[in-house]
Amino acid sequence: MRISPTKFISLLFFVLSVFYLYTAYNIQVFAFDENAPFNARTFPIYLGWAGIILSSLKIILPEKVTTEVNHKHLDYKSIIYLIIISLIYAAVILKIGYFISTSLFLFASYYFLGERRWGLMFILSFPFVAAFMYLLHGLLNIYLRDPFLKYIGVMG
Amino acid sequence: MIEGILIGLSTALSLTNILMVMVGCFAGTIIGMLPGLGPMTAIALMIPITYGFDPSTGLILMAGVYYGAVFGGSTSSILLNAPGIPGTVATAFDGYPMAQQGKAGKALAIAAYSSFAGGTISAIFLLVAAPSLSKVSLAFRSPDYFALMILGLTAISAFSSKGQFLKAMMMVILGLMLATVGQDSLSDITRFTFNNMNLTDGISFVLIVMATFAMSEALTIIFRGKDPNRAAKQISLTELGSIKVNKEETIKMAKTIPRSSILGFLIGVLPGAGATIASFLAYGMERNYVNEEEKQKFGKGSVHGLSAPETANNAACSGSFVPLLTLGIPGSGTTAVMLGALLGFGIQPGPRLYQTNPEIFWSVIMSMYIGMVVLLILNLPLIPYIARILAVPRNYLIPLILFFSVTGIYLMSFNNFDIFLMIGIAVVATFLRLYDFPMPPLILAFVLGGLMEETLRRSLLISDGSPNFLWDRPITLIILIITIVIIFWQIFSTFRKKT
Repeated sequence: MRISPTKFISLLFFVLSVFYLYTAYNIQVFAFDENAPFNARTFPIYLGWAGIILSSLKIILPEKVTTEVNHKHLDYKSIIYLIIISLIYAAVILKIGYFISTSLFLFASYYFLGERRWGLMFILSFPFVAAFMYLLHGLLNIYLRDPFLKYIGVMG
Repeated sequence: MIEGILIGLSTALSLTNILMVMVGCFAGTIIGMLPGLGPMTAIALMIPITYGFDPSTGLILMAGVYYGAVFGGSTSSILLNAPGIPGTVATAFDGYPMAQQGKAGKALAIAAYSSFAGGTISAIFLLVAAPSLSKVSLAFRSPDYFALMILGLTAISAFSSKGQFLKAMMMVILGLMLATVGQDSLSDITRFTFNNMNLTDGISFVLIVMATFAMSEALTIIFRGKDPNRAAKQISLTELGSIKVNKEETIKMAKTIPRSSILGFLIGVLPGAGATIASFLAYGMERNYVNEEEKQKFGKGSVHGLSAPETANNAACSGSFVPLLTLGIPGSGTTAVMLGALLGFGIQPGPRLYQTNPEIFWSVIMSMYIGMVVLLILNLPLIPYIARILAVPRNYLIPLILFFSVTGIYLMSFNNFDIFLMIGIAVVATFLRLYDFPMPPLILAFVLGGLMEETLRRSLLISDGSPNFLWDRPITLIILIITIVIIFWQIFSTFRKKT
């Protein structure tokens, strides 16, 4: 039996709703709030049931409009590269600072998306991020945490 | 009243004040275009600068910044599908597709004209009806707000679902579930945080909107890069930057603007409702008004679909000043910051402001209007240049969109957990979009989630746990009947299609 992707997503949503409802029933409320008409659990419980009912309907009812996706036309390779670069960027941003991590992220993204004009790639990464930081930190006075630039004395 | 308007005009039209409003509009547009920085932040940034000024001059600068930031937010919505504030999410529904068709300049111009017209009409309402409308805003109680939010969520599900109402309703529930993460507003009990400290404050709006709109859009473009049906079209720079609106489009705008202005203003008057609900409801209402042929264009670059939310959100911005100026109650985050600024100048807004400080009352209203005029004059010539952002090659534009999304989040929290969370949500959203699960209902549900729980809590506590509050008040009942009609209409139209 072949299950359509929409029904499979609805099934995942059903599982999520069951888990959400279980967690909602387990929210610890104050003793005096336990029998109140409304406490921290009430709204999530309504939502959990609503999620279960809607996803069940979607699974049970026949599909009239089906969404077809041709997987041959999807560029999995590029998107996986981009997600990995983004995850590395998120992992190092606190350690090496905003300036270097963002500039390297931009440079790497341009490269993996097929760009090879090195001069332009450089200008649109390091000087571009520096100018953006100057706009935020220097002109608009919006604090931008960067331990590395602070360490070398560029930022106060 | 005429005397008051003249006092306001003479104050607002002095050389210093005109200069201030110009600076404000320009700075506001730049700040509004940056992700995560909306009108509220823009005004907050201006407060320390304005302390040395005369109160009228300070308020005029802030009015300029306010409207500039709203326009800036629309710009990033239209060009990058990255709405920085909830009020401009609906603008992206048709603005972004229009920009993708090579009509970015036109989309920005329609947004600018609609905002201006919406602001103008609502400023007239503000002049005429502010004191009496404040009573209307007080007539709305918690059950009415709760019903209004149910209506808003049902309407957006019906209008954005493209015939798949259940999918849209599932997205509403998912948005509401995400909104419950973090501390409960009344008891401070943490929910769905799984002992993770980073989730205690909940998930921020900017994170959700950047993940589901900007970042997932960028990922979708890359993902579908090999799809021959979605291959990038050659767009000419002249067409991209053209701000010419033809006769047919002008007629469409002329039909949309009056009704969206009235709706936007009335919704804006209600404390807490504001520009977000106004823009979504105006979008839905407009879709119901137009003929079948126009209806098919919604979500694909419709002039009606772009003009309606833009008109309504600006009208609602003016409307939100009614409870602030007449009752001293800020109806939105932005007006709350404005209240802080007014108090800083030693001005206490409220029922007596109109009598005790008429020059302040009128100069605030007139400066808001002048702010809009200056914004239109300043920004129209800039549109052809701003629109060229879309001419940037995909290899550069996509990383820059990701960069702006991540920066918006990093600026708010300075931790990398939020960035990881954003990437995770963006990946899920990309797959959901691939199978036509609409994102707008999720966003609106997320924005309204907290307020919805709050109003439900109050309603249930007042009625001692009984569901009677749903039909006790005529306003609640009428709103709920409209909601039920929409649901049944969706079911009926589904069966009609089947037969």
